[in-house]
Amino acid sequence: MLRYALKRLLSLILSLAVASVVIFTVIEVAPGDPASFMLGVNAQEDTLAALRAELGLDASKVQRYFNWVGGMLAGDFGTSYTYRTPVSQMIADRLWVSLPLALFALTLSTLIAFPAGIYAAARRGKPGDLTVMGATQLGIAVPNFWFAMMLVLIFAINLRWFNAGGFAGWDKGFWTGLHSLTLPAIALALPQAAILARVMRSSLLDILGEDFMRTARAKGLSRRQALWRHGVRNALIPVLTIIGLQFSFLLAGSIIIEQVFYLPGLGRLVFQAISARDLIVVESVVMLLVFAVITVNFLVDLAYAAVDPRLRSRT
Amino acid sequence: MSRNLILGTALSSLVLLAALISFVWTPYDHAALNIPDKLQAPDTRHWFGTDHFGRDMFSMIMVGARTSIAVALVAVGIGMALGVPLGLTAAAHKGSWLDEVIMRGNDLVFAFPSLVIAILITAVFGAGALNAIIAIGIFNIPVFARITRGAALTLWEREFILAARVSGKGAARISAEHILPNVANLLIVQGTIQFSLGILAEAGLSYVGLGAQPPTPSWGRMLADAQTMVSFAPHLALIPGLAIIVTVLGLNLLGDGLRDWLDPRIRVARA
Amino acid sequence: MSLLDIQTLSLAIHGTPILKQVSLAVAPGEIVAVTGESGSGKSMTALAIMQLLPTGAEAQGTIMLNGHNVLDHPEAEMCALRGAAIGMVFQEPMTALNPVRTIGDQVAETILIHKAMPSAQARERAQEVLIRVGLPPDRFPMSRYPHELSGGQRQRVVIAMAIALRPQLLIADEPTTALDVTTQAQILELLKGLVDEYGMGLLMITHDLAVVSEMADRIVVMRQGEVVETGPTAQLLRDMQHPYTRLLFEASGHQVILPGATSQRPLLEVTNVARDYRLPREGLFDALGHHRAVDGVSFTLNRGERLGLVGESGCGKSTLTRAILGLEEVQEGRILLDGQPVFSGRKPNPAARQKMQVVFQDPYGSFNPRHRVSRLITEPFHALDTPPRGTQRQDRIAEMLTAVGLHPNDAHKYIHEFSGGQRQRIAIARALITRPELILFDEAVSALDVSVRAQILDLLAELCAAYDLTYLFISHDLSVVRTITDRVMVMRSGRIVEQGETERVFTNPQHPYTQNLIAAAPRLPEFGKGAAQVNYPC
Repeated sequence: MLRYALKRLLSLILSLAVASVVIFTVIEVAPGDPASFMLGVNAQEDTLAALRAELGLDASKVQRYFNWVGGMLAGDFGTSYTYRTPVSQMIADRLWVSLPLALFALTLSTLIAFPAGIYAAARRGKPGDLTVMGATQLGIAVPNFWFAMMLVLIFAINLRWFNAGGFAGWDKGFWTGLHSLTLPAIALALPQAAILARVMRSSLLDILGEDFMRTARAKGLSRRQALWRHGVRNALIPVLTIIGLQFSFLLAGSIIIEQVFYLPGLGRLVFQAISARDLIVVESVVMLLVFAVITVNFLVDLAYAAVDPRLRSRT
Repeated sequence: MSRNLILGTALSSLVLLAALISFVWTPYDHAALNIPDKLQAPDTRHWFGTDHFGRDMFSMIMVGARTSIAVALVAVGIGMALGVPLGLTAAAHKGSWLDEVIMRGNDLVFAFPSLVIAILITAVFGAGALNAIIAIGIFNIPVFARITRGAALTLWEREFILAARVSGKGAARISAEHILPNVANLLIVQGTIQFSLGILAEAGLSYVGLGAQPPTPSWGRMLADAQTMVSFAPHLALIPGLAIIVTVLGLNLLGDGLRDWLDPRIRVARA
Repeated sequence: MSLLDIQTLSLAIHGTPILKQVSLAVAPGEIVAVTGESGSGKSMTALAIMQLLPTGAEAQGTIMLNGHNVLDHPEAEMCALRGAAIGMVFQEPMTALNPVRTIGDQVAETILIHKAMPSAQARERAQEVLIRVGLPPDRFPMSRYPHELSGGQRQRVVIAMAIALRPQLLIADEPTTALDVTTQAQILELLKGLVDEYGMGLLMITHDLAVVSEMADRIVVMRQGEVVETGPTAQLLRDMQHPYTRLLFEASGHQVILPGATSQRPLLEVTNVARDYRLPREGLFDALGHHRAVDGVSFTLNRGERLGLVGESGCGKSTLTRAILGLEEVQEGRILLDGQPVFSGRKPNPAARQKMQVVFQDPYGSFNPRHRVSRLITEPFHALDTPPRGTQRQDRIAEMLTAVGLHPNDAHKYIHEFSGGQRQRIAIARALITRPELILFDEAVSALDVSVRAQILDLLAELCAAYDLTYLFISHDLSVVRTITDRVMVMRSGRIVEQGETERVFTNPQHPYTQNLIAAAPRLPEFGKGAAQVNYPC
């Protein structure tokens, strides 16, 4: 088990290293000099040079890459070109919106999808199954940001149960914060839940056709007992993969949803940074997103081993 | 033919037809401003109403279909054109360094969701439909590479492939002659699903301003424009949204229907 | 009184009749074997008793268990019977166990689900049962997972689950079909012992008539959903009434007469061949591990000779086959075909390759479903420098199809239009079309029903006479190898432990492993040779 975890960890570090090189290279290709962008076209050459030195732009490319990576490892993401504040501080503030939102949505999505998928699989071909499948078919087709607009129209503008946008902040209390993330989380979660429910159902149906399910029935387990005791845990193995993938979609999706609800998250930050050509912010946020995706997939790999003993003994 | 296939074909052809007809005819010029007529609700003159500049929504939806289909189709094309050969190659040389490099590269691309790729590209080159195509296209490559490799690997274990090898056929020839035709159904079905995902992704990118730029009409942009007016002119948001839903639903039903029709054992990846 | 008494059981699935008026009975302590070829309905009969039928199945008649008709039981009562009054063992031990739960849990579950005793006691009982089936805790603790056990060991776990509550009736559906002969003998021994010890009735479903003859007190022969003949084993073997029963037994022990081998010139020379597989690294910095699948194998196959290669699964015979075919490189030694290496310069040698062909086991996986027969059987032409074209090519296709007992017009059909036996004929046509010097038959008749297998063996004998074939026949089935080869090699753990003239090896084996193997293989009883004159329906 430990060996398996170490091996996955090594591959995680390798992926991160390659990803950072890719991101750094792409940003390097970007035309324009941040210093002249910041100071305007009329800036003096010696002022520009001073600023470049201050930003560390005068070092060689390789040097700058290692400065960037080394800084990130120490929690220093550099200084924003436009705001002149540490990027790490900006990201940390926004992360407190984006990360809870993605986790909230993931929880909702799982809570909806598991029962729906298991229910549909247990009633294969019956009206209950067809209803769930029809609903998920529709759920997959709905763009989450449009769904978000409809939620705002109904629950914020007409019913006035929620605010149409903005974030109350966590300092006013956990529930106030959660309340302002509820509509965004629902908008993110429902389309993902539709996908997850379909995967859960088809994975469970595959398992129901396995020989060991027949063995379980031959032992005297009822259909229901066999489903819960032998089916669900085996069906989780492919479902876990999808949950891992979904996290990256939720994180990316939250960038769009933040636009609908005017949430001060990473998404807003990155769009502001793009329009201000504040590339160091873009670079760091993208790296952070990729880090999150790779880390979650690493955790999924560990979860596999917890579910599947065949992986634990393999090296 | 199943109900899925019929309904899916009907909805998809409806959208495709609208896009094609828009090249020769639209009820109004989709770009013509007509401020006095702004924010009209749907009626007999303007079937889908007008926007805040008085432009005819029906015409804009027709032309917007063009953008959506073009972006998604080319992106799927990129994904297939690069992903399928990569998957076939990886499977043909299973376990070799080539396979390892291809699969690790795939994993890496998977770590960049299409939106993140789009952000990177936009940060460097600026926004635009072409960059949306590239972003969605790059993201499609590992999808096709992975499913092609998976299906091809099981085929390589089959005895008819061994028989072909005994007859002296090489990996490239076997991939083209035996493997590709036997994964074609899977690719068609997955292609339909990726097409629908591409429509959704294009809408999302245009919505946040990373996709097609004005004056090119796109459904995602129409939704972004509608956002501040949704409280007094809900049709501005409803209609482009329904257009997206009809298209994606149609393509998904078509994909499911094709799968049941071609081979019910096909497993598609949906993520 | 009978323990199980099935009377006029008919079964249809979605309107298609599967069983027709089946009647049979099992008494306590009795072993009843139901036998027949695929499609006979023998497995469906077993599932009907368990009431584990596929959806859409409708049964008529009576299945009396201890005087109660199980067809009248509601599902909840059936759950109470399954596992407690009736236990069942399935064919595929590799997939019959839940991969994510320990074997102890799975055996104890049978006891717990019927609330027979409290948890701690149930685990004790599970341990006792596992010991009884030959899995003592010092070597196979209850915390083991299925993937840590071999096929035979897993089948013991399945048996333990089935007998944990000492059911009166045990149903075993092809319990040893997926196992090697020596393992099969042990499992059969175990089942027999359990029947004696517990006084259970055993209903055994198997296609293997040799197993039937050795195990059963009574035999039920089925064909296409009907019972054609039934009777006490000794009596039925002595005096078969139904022609199908005779056909089945004759086909099982079918003998062919091969024409005499011709020359003494060597064709295939295998010298000191070793094939290693790399194992995954144990730790990051450990040395690479190796598994030696073939270890120092040497033999010579002469032109016109028919050589057999037998061994149990994992003995290395498949690896050796792949090496001879030039599909994989060997690490040591060399393989020469007609004086040329099959593998040269890290690549298969085309010159050697065009002189050999292969027939595989699976009649369903051996052909690209998207090509027509004419294209399928001419694929080997690819290896030739000047393949025949035009009418010459058409003539060759027609000749080959005729030679294997098909019609030239079959060339235009797709493979799904043919039965398993016909497909194997097409595979032979494909292997013969270039008139190769050497053909490898890799378990080529193992997937076929006995009557079809007998026909294919006859075809091979005919082709030997017509085309003067040289072949290497790889099989786990000793009886088939005995009749279809001149010389045989016995392989174990990558080495050839014995080789010699086939009859000599079978009648007077020298190596202890060969002796073991031959002793473990169940044998058909000798019966009147007069019964051997049977015409096969096509």
